[in-house]
Amino acid sequence: MNSPIDQFQTGISPTWCPGCGNFGILAALKASLVKLGIPNHETVIVYGVGCHGNMRDWMRVYGVGGLHGRALPLAQGVKLANSKLHVIAITGDGDCIGEGGNHFLHAAKRNPDITVIIHDNQVYSLTTGQASPTAEIGLATKSTPEGVLESPVNPLSLALVGGGTFVSRGFSGDIPYLTDIFSQAISHRGFSVVDVLQPCVTFDPVHSYEWYRKRVYKVERLTEKRQALECLSEWGDKIPVGVFYEEKRDTSEDREYVATPQLIDLPLEIPNREAFLGSFR
Amino acid sequence: MKARKQRITWKIGGEAGFGIMSSGTMLAKAFSRHGYHIIASNEYPSLIRGGHNVITVGISTTPIHSLTGVVDILVALNKETIDLHKNNLHEGSYVIYDSKDWEPHETDFPQNTQFIAVPLSNIVKLRGAESVMRNTVALGVTTALLGADFSVLADVIASQFGEKGKDIVEENTLVARYGYDFIKKEYGLLDSYYLDFVQEKAELLTMNGSEAVGIGALDGGMKFAAIYPMTPINSLISLFADHEKEFRITYIQPEDEISGINMAIGASYAGVRSMVATSGGGFSLMVEGVSLAGIMEVPLVIDLGMRPGPATGMPTWTEQGELLFPIFSGHGEFVRIILAPGDAPECYRLSKFAFDLSQEYQVPVFILTDKYLNENLWTVQKKEFEHPSVPKNGERSKDKSHGDHVKRYDMSVKNGVSARSFPGDKNGLYIANSYEHDEYGYTTEDPGLRIAMSRKRLQKEQAIIDVSPLPSVYGDNESDITFIAYGSTKGPILEAMDFLKEKGIRTKLIHFSWIYPFNGKRIKDLLDLEKRLIDVEGNGTGQFAKLLKQETGLDIQEKLLKNNGRQWLPEEIVEKVI
Repeated sequence: MNSPIDQFQTGISPTWCPGCGNFGILAALKASLVKLGIPNHETVIVYGVGCHGNMRDWMRVYGVGGLHGRALPLAQGVKLANSKLHVIAITGDGDCIGEGGNHFLHAAKRNPDITVIIHDNQVYSLTTGQASPTAEIGLATKSTPEGVLESPVNPLSLALVGGGTFVSRGFSGDIPYLTDIFSQAISHRGFSVVDVLQPCVTFDPVHSYEWYRKRVYKVERLTEKRQALECLSEWGDKIPVGVFYEEKRDTSEDREYVATPQLIDLPLEIPNREAFLGSFR
Repeated sequence: MKARKQRITWKIGGEAGFGIMSSGTMLAKAFSRHGYHIIASNEYPSLIRGGHNVITVGISTTPIHSLTGVVDILVALNKETIDLHKNNLHEGSYVIYDSKDWEPHETDFPQNTQFIAVPLSNIVKLRGAESVMRNTVALGVTTALLGADFSVLADVIASQFGEKGKDIVEENTLVARYGYDFIKKEYGLLDSYYLDFVQEKAELLTMNGSEAVGIGALDGGMKFAAIYPMTPINSLISLFADHEKEFRITYIQPEDEISGINMAIGASYAGVRSMVATSGGGFSLMVEGVSLAGIMEVPLVIDLGMRPGPATGMPTWTEQGELLFPIFSGHGEFVRIILAPGDAPECYRLSKFAFDLSQEYQVPVFILTDKYLNENLWTVQKKEFEHPSVPKNGERSKDKSHGDHVKRYDMSVKNGVSARSFPGDKNGLYIANSYEHDEYGYTTEDPGLRIAMSRKRLQKEQAIIDVSPLPSVYGDNESDITFIAYGSTKGPILEAMDFLKEKGIRTKLIHFSWIYPFNGKRIKDLLDLEKRLIDVEGNGTGQFAKLLKQETGLDIQEKLLKNNGRQWLPEEIVEKVI
């Protein structure tokens, strides 16, 4: 092994379009795992379905290629079974906020110690370019030739209001900064969300690297929820990136007492079985 | 004094919120502790207060498989109970009522109906107790009418209300005693339904079907359950939630059934025995997840408690309308196992078996139950639960030939069952992939690999068929009538067979609790020997007969189908076959 990053190479070449914003996310994710010293066999990455999901073949960890929209329930099951694992969900705007919206809200409410990375490009690219729930009003796509009519969903306001304890946004065109955000998100104990602005160079001619570069600016984290909500809601000529909000709260694993011992380490027999059976007398 | 009875049927009815269900449970437990065999069945609409609730309890000195439609003692906590259940009475039945609610016209009832007016309301009022405790008075009354010692009831009151404190126990015991003494004093000569004593006393446990499934799951090594509430599997949730800390298991209430099944798959993938439970509507949401477990080859146990559909249907009633649904559920082709218990002991055994099967073959395994099984109270001999075998774990991957990568989906293995590895294992990396994949789990669309991997998964089916047990056979070796049934119709058919025997008709039941995959050849050979086959099902389309035809070519002509939300009664079966 030449460099620690090699442990994550599978030897299979990515099939994303040249210039796809997903490359930056993959690079930053690997870099952050190396930075944190997390070995690949202690990492479980659960993928949804969409262009982001194809990453499963290019990332050498314990990968789970799940169903469209269902990465978060799968990830929560893994984490509850073995809370020593580092569990990351790789999802998209359609996957996480469209098909899996209800799971997203409830995961935020439960606060499992997992990290969600949303590949947010406003379109369904794997199905050749329909509008996603985060698409801006007016964006012309294959499913909205006259432009999107509905207001977009902001994944981060959902996460914050839902109870997410780490709410952040990155830009795939700034890999060092994204690496830093990922590292913080993975280190955070609780439900950490990173919404990654990511150009689709094939199906969205509007939101290019240039478009984002002109607008993104870095913010400092806020301790007050309402201020954070206001800050992360800014969208237009200026788009803030960074960690907006972080708080400490009991995780799902704390509440379920699954850490000592881990569920996977429990004996298969139940204790006090005789007394238990006696309760049916 | 008349000869004591071997079996009696007792029914109590009243408004929801009157404690109808709990009084049935207490009566059942009181007598099962003294060796009596019990079956109890509840009927209620889907609301919490104001509807009509009924529970019927059969108490027997010998094992009992099913209730009949005949009631010996009817306790009416309101007039509606009389109106709705008068038809169940027979000559000499007792009717217990409060004359404050209603006065009987004798001619409306069968001859010699014994009307027993008990001032239920006054007794609780005089004691300063709550009106909900009228059911406790009625239990005292019942205990006296069954010729049992008061201690039989007092014992169960003490343990049932023990957690609520000494005062509650005392108050309930007192009002029960009033009811008991009232009968001894006012109706002391009524001994028609004195129960005989149990000759062979076995130690019995009283539980509903959901609880039996739950004990089976716990003995099967289950540590993780994600279950969205739905009738009729809610007592499984209570069982797991109540014992979560004690057993260190994890029960999660997911946001929906889609999440539930995916959480369970995630936990199972990580190495923990996991299950979900639901009814048809919830299972409709889960089917995509069944398909995921199929391609990832992740063990999973699904308890599907049937109730009448379509859609909301009749949520609190029973039906066997979802036999074909799990068999064909999930997109794509993959192997699954369907087990359908016929009573509480089978709920226990098959639930435990389901966990071993799912581990051994890495497939989804269904326990197909229904409202009748799940919510009925049953007595099960304690010895059924003795010395359970230690749960069997599937093989753990030992492949070190590829560094830290393993051929998790090794296609060269026997029966298509390749060894698993779990996240955290240093030499076990692979991808659990919903996309078609190669032996390491990497995505593929290669036509040859697709065929090979699909064959790897599907060849489990023959391996499973080879070890599948044949159906159970009950009754006469040589029979005039051979009943074919699956799941919970077992009990009513067994009782019907006793009636038919008295009429000199030889009968047999071939009962399927292993449903699928189906051993077509052997079952055809078995059924070909029978003279007259009658299929009995709790649905409107004869789903089991359809499956049988698909798998054996046999086309059963005589079908008894019932889908009014109620379980078959033995006498209905008798009437239809003679």
